[in-house]
Amino acid sequence: MTTPFTYLEPAGLADASRLARQEGAMLKAGGIDLLDEMKEGLVAPEKVVRLSALKGMDRIEVKNGKLRIGALVTLATVAAHKQVREHARILAAAAGQAATPQIRNAATVGGNLCQRPRCWYYRHEDFPCRKKGGDQCFAETGENRYHAIFAADGPCHIVHPSALGTALAALGGQILVFDGQKSRSVAVEQFFALPSVDVTRENVLQPGEIIEAVEIPSAKGKKSAYHKQRERLAADWPLAEVAVVYEVKNGAADGVRLVLGHAAPIPWRCPTAESYLSGKKIDAGAAAEAARLAMAAAAPLAQNEYKVPLFTVLIARALMAAEKGEPA
Amino acid sequence: MSEVKLKLGIPGKYEERVVTLPEGEPKPYDADSKLSVVGSRHPRLDGFAKVTGQAKYAHDIRLPDMLYAALLSCPHPHARVKSLDTSAAENMPGVKAVVAAADQHVRFAGQYVAAVAAETLEQAERACRAIKVDYEPLPFVVDLEEARQPGAPKVFDNRDSNVRAADPTERGNLAEGFAAADAVVEATYKTQVQTHACMETHGLVAHWEAPDKLKVWSSTQGTFAARDNLARRFELGAENVEVITEYMGGGFGSKLGLRDFESAAVELARKAGRPVHLMVDRKFEHLSTGNRPNSVQVMKAGCTKDGKVTAWQVDSYGTSGIGGGAGVANPSVYDFPAVRKTSADVYTNAGPGCPMRAPGHPQGIFAVESMMDELAYKIGMDPVEFRRKNNSHPIRDAEFELGMKAIGWERRNQTPGAGPGPLHRGIGVASGRWSNVGERRNSRIQVRVAIHPDGGVEVENGAQDLGTGTRTIVGLLAAEELGLPVEALTVKIGHTSYPYGPASGGSSTAPGLAPTVRKAALLARRRLFEVVAPALQAQPEQLECRDGKITVVSDPGKTMDWKRACGLLGTTPINELATRSDNFDGWQAEAAGVQFAEVEVDVETGRVRVLKVVVVQDCGTVLDRLTAESQVIGAVIQGISYALLEDRILDRTTGVMVNPNLEQYKIAGSWDMPEIEAIMYDAAIGYNNAGVNGLGEPPVTPTAAAIANAVYNAAGLRMRELPITPWRVLAADAARRGGRS
Ligand SMILES: Cc1cc2nc3c(=O)[nH]c(=O)nc-3n(C[C@H](O)[C@H](O)[C@H](O)COP(=O)(O)OP(=O)(O)OC[C@H]3O[C@@H](n4cnc5c(N)ncnc54)[C@H](O)[C@@H]3O)c2cc1C
Repeated sequence: MTTPFTYLEPAGLADASRLARQEGAMLKAGGIDLLDEMKEGLVAPEKVVRLSALKGMDRIEVKNGKLRIGALVTLATVAAHKQVREHARILAAAAGQAATPQIRNAATVGGNLCQRPRCWYYRHEDFPCRKKGGDQCFAETGENRYHAIFAADGPCHIVHPSALGTALAALGGQILVFDGQKSRSVAVEQFFALPSVDVTRENVLQPGEIIEAVEIPSAKGKKSAYHKQRERLAADWPLAEVAVVYEVKNGAADGVRLVLGHAAPIPWRCPTAESYLSGKKIDAGAAAEAARLAMAAAAPLAQNEYKVPLFTVLIARALMAAEKGEPA
Repeated sequence: MSEVKLKLGIPGKYEERVVTLPEGEPKPYDADSKLSVVGSRHPRLDGFAKVTGQAKYAHDIRLPDMLYAALLSCPHPHARVKSLDTSAAENMPGVKAVVAAADQHVRFAGQYVAAVAAETLEQAERACRAIKVDYEPLPFVVDLEEARQPGAPKVFDNRDSNVRAADPTERGNLAEGFAAADAVVEATYKTQVQTHACMETHGLVAHWEAPDKLKVWSSTQGTFAARDNLARRFELGAENVEVITEYMGGGFGSKLGLRDFESAAVELARKAGRPVHLMVDRKFEHLSTGNRPNSVQVMKAGCTKDGKVTAWQVDSYGTSGIGGGAGVANPSVYDFPAVRKTSADVYTNAGPGCPMRAPGHPQGIFAVESMMDELAYKIGMDPVEFRRKNNSHPIRDAEFELGMKAIGWERRNQTPGAGPGPLHRGIGVASGRWSNVGERRNSRIQVRVAIHPDGGVEVENGAQDLGTGTRTIVGLLAAEELGLPVEALTVKIGHTSYPYGPASGGSSTAPGLAPTVRKAALLARRRLFEVVAPALQAQPEQLECRDGKITVVSDPGKTMDWKRACGLLGTTPINELATRSDNFDGWQAEAAGVQFAEVEVDVETGRVRVLKVVVVQDCGTVLDRLTAESQVIGAVIQGISYALLEDRILDRTTGVMVNPNLEQYKIAGSWDMPEIEAIMYDAAIGYNNAGVNGLGEPPVTPTAAAIANAVYNAAGLRMRELPITPWRVLAADAARRGGRS
């Protein structure tokens, strides 16, 4: 069910930020997630600010070894773009495998990063869960096959949904946030926040703040892989998602970033596995041990224990695929 | 009455049968029938209209002054409505009428409690939220096992418990059977709740043309059932209720009668004095419009080492929510000398089950065919050979032979699960069952065929096309009889002002209509021959019509084209109404059907991919090969989805469905589809003059079993619970390795 709203056309970025700061206002980019939320009665904005009216935020460029992607670039464009494929191939893969062709043609980078979680309790208007201001996490003792296996202390057990978020975290990306006057650069890991910080939100954006672009240090020449596992191949969310990026120095892995999606409420880095791998030549044994280490701290809920062996296999496979230089 | 000799059976097994037919009955199709359009590969007559959007479904109907209705559902799984205040809703913008459900005792989350009609759907939805309902929540139970326990909250207070056992059935001597067995298998199989998930949700557009005259565009699989239900509910003569279903977007058994929320829309239209459009949303569709009940089947079976099953025992139960009918069709496919079966419905606070494409069968056959496989492997016998030893159905036997060739049965894993690496491929088999050759006697079905002086032909029956191709086969059968191209005919269906037609349940539409169409077309043709014969200086019985011409058989020079011949009618069209004749005896009333599935299992991620499904399916006479194949392919798609994905998940703590959408209620999509090879197996079966058996249901019955058996052959993992999800495969693999993964 949707309630009536006014559709606002901002004149520029600063104007958009000003409009979005108004009581009852929300930003809309592709609208894929916003409309879903409105139809389910989870949000009822009185004003919708049309970000796609803004000029220049749909550009992709490479400058000083950094790939910059405007927040309004669609997932379809990210997937197909030559420079993205060259400098951040796992981002192109993540975008290209997300959702469906129709959605990818409308969904934007900024909207994908800011989309709300898919937890079925959160998405169902009849469950007043913590994320919606309630005092209970229904997943804790309920139907939690798709929920998080890390950050067990909650107080909410969603999994991070954005495929781009997972890939960007592995690539060491930065998010450019405009606060109404100026822009600041936030590392992807600082951008997403655990429910223990504020259970009603998934990132650090303040009202009226807008993602302008993302910036990625070129991963050209680095090893990388993006692997995910779904139940069905059409229009399905991953059960588990793995992104990995590293350099090879003197035949050994260096600067390894191993990130899991659909494992925790944020893109989940695996520091023990990463440091274990640094300086090692990645082979089947090392990959298996890294996967084991990555899962050592997993604390599954009643129904999602399967994610542990699943991630273990996907991590090992992703590492081997990266090492062998298989297509992302 | 007259006697005719028919050649019935299948290649290599034909038999001559003499059957007695009523006067005027067309000679039944048999193995010697030479058919030109019937049995061809003819595209659907309405395919173009459907893909171009010209076809108007109930959903698409827009009438002047029409209002839109929305429903308010109860969020609690069990509650009493203490008070319901609609005053605020009534005063909201655009609202024209509000009604409350008669039943103030709500037994599942999602049950309809009130409805609103307003100028726009959004206004109606907003007004629904303004209805103040004071619920007294009551204890509830949604879990099948919990509901069976003594002391569980009762779904119906007037019953002793939630369990309603059916009478057990027993045949043969079970104890002797087990004593004679060399191998015995005991196992429990489980299936989930599947919802119908019709592409077009339930609903209708109601228009009161006068205080005692109602017209309804309904998404129904029973136009006449809907009409009669509406007439009773609103105390009208059936002649004053018109139901129209020109096109519909699927029913699968869930649209066989008028629902309370549909009546509410009709009531709203009466109250508002304006037409009302109600199409329920996807959430309501999942919750309230029906489902395939789940099942637990505790089985034990034995066989001799040379492959004869000696005894079979099954205790099954399942829940149909607040409805009944959770029984499973089990054992049913094969011949077992000794069988004992008990079954029970277990009431839970969940949406009512209702017939769904072969009720009881996919669940029952999943268990039976899994167990047949377990027995075969246990005694080390080829699973197909084992089945053939326990099968006396000649069609099924022939189908096994063809299916083995088509899939390349010899390619299967000789040792299940053998081979290096995580990816394993394998092949499994299962057979299905169903039958519907039409009502034996006293059918009310009628078909009218009119031939007009300008050469035009109308074929009319009021039944709907559920999506199975009814319109097309009606056209083909009449075209065959009249020797015309099907495009020259106008087929009129889906309207209660046409002659009575069957509801599309139990695969009954084709066996009900096909013989009646033939009969009506034959009557009309005879009347035309009577008029044309003098002009061709011949007797009517010397004429034939073919390729758009009427010709004297013995003297082909004497001929007249169709249009000129019809011109001889002057101003009086031919108008023949035929009533379906009673069935006569035939050769084999039961359809069989076998399926072979090839899968790939990744034992490390638990992912099962179906690579290929081969179906060999009979349905008596194949009326249109294309629509028949598409029935089979559609059934296999639904079967794959049932085997691997679909699951209605109720939250154990609140009783609310957590996946009432098409995102988390997962239905297989195009990327999940394997190659599906549908081989239609022709059989001359008699029973009705078109020799037709129903086809809508049989091919959905064995798919899940064939896939589960293929997973075993591939990975050596016996999956006894549906859907076969990655976590179940991983758990089975971990259990095999004897511990936690
Ligand atoms: C069936 C289905 C399957 C899907 N599968 C996947 C998948 O596999 N992987 C995946 O990653 N996603 C998946 N999605 C989600 C989809 O990709 C996102 O909904 C989409 O990317 C959102 O982008 P949008 O531009 O439409 O955002 P919008 O709906 O316009 O916005 C979403 C949110 O972000 C905010 N917002 C938008 N742009 C900005 C900005 N520049 N700055 C600040 N805030 C902003 C909005 O205010 C809103 O709150 C799936 C969705 C569906 C329906």
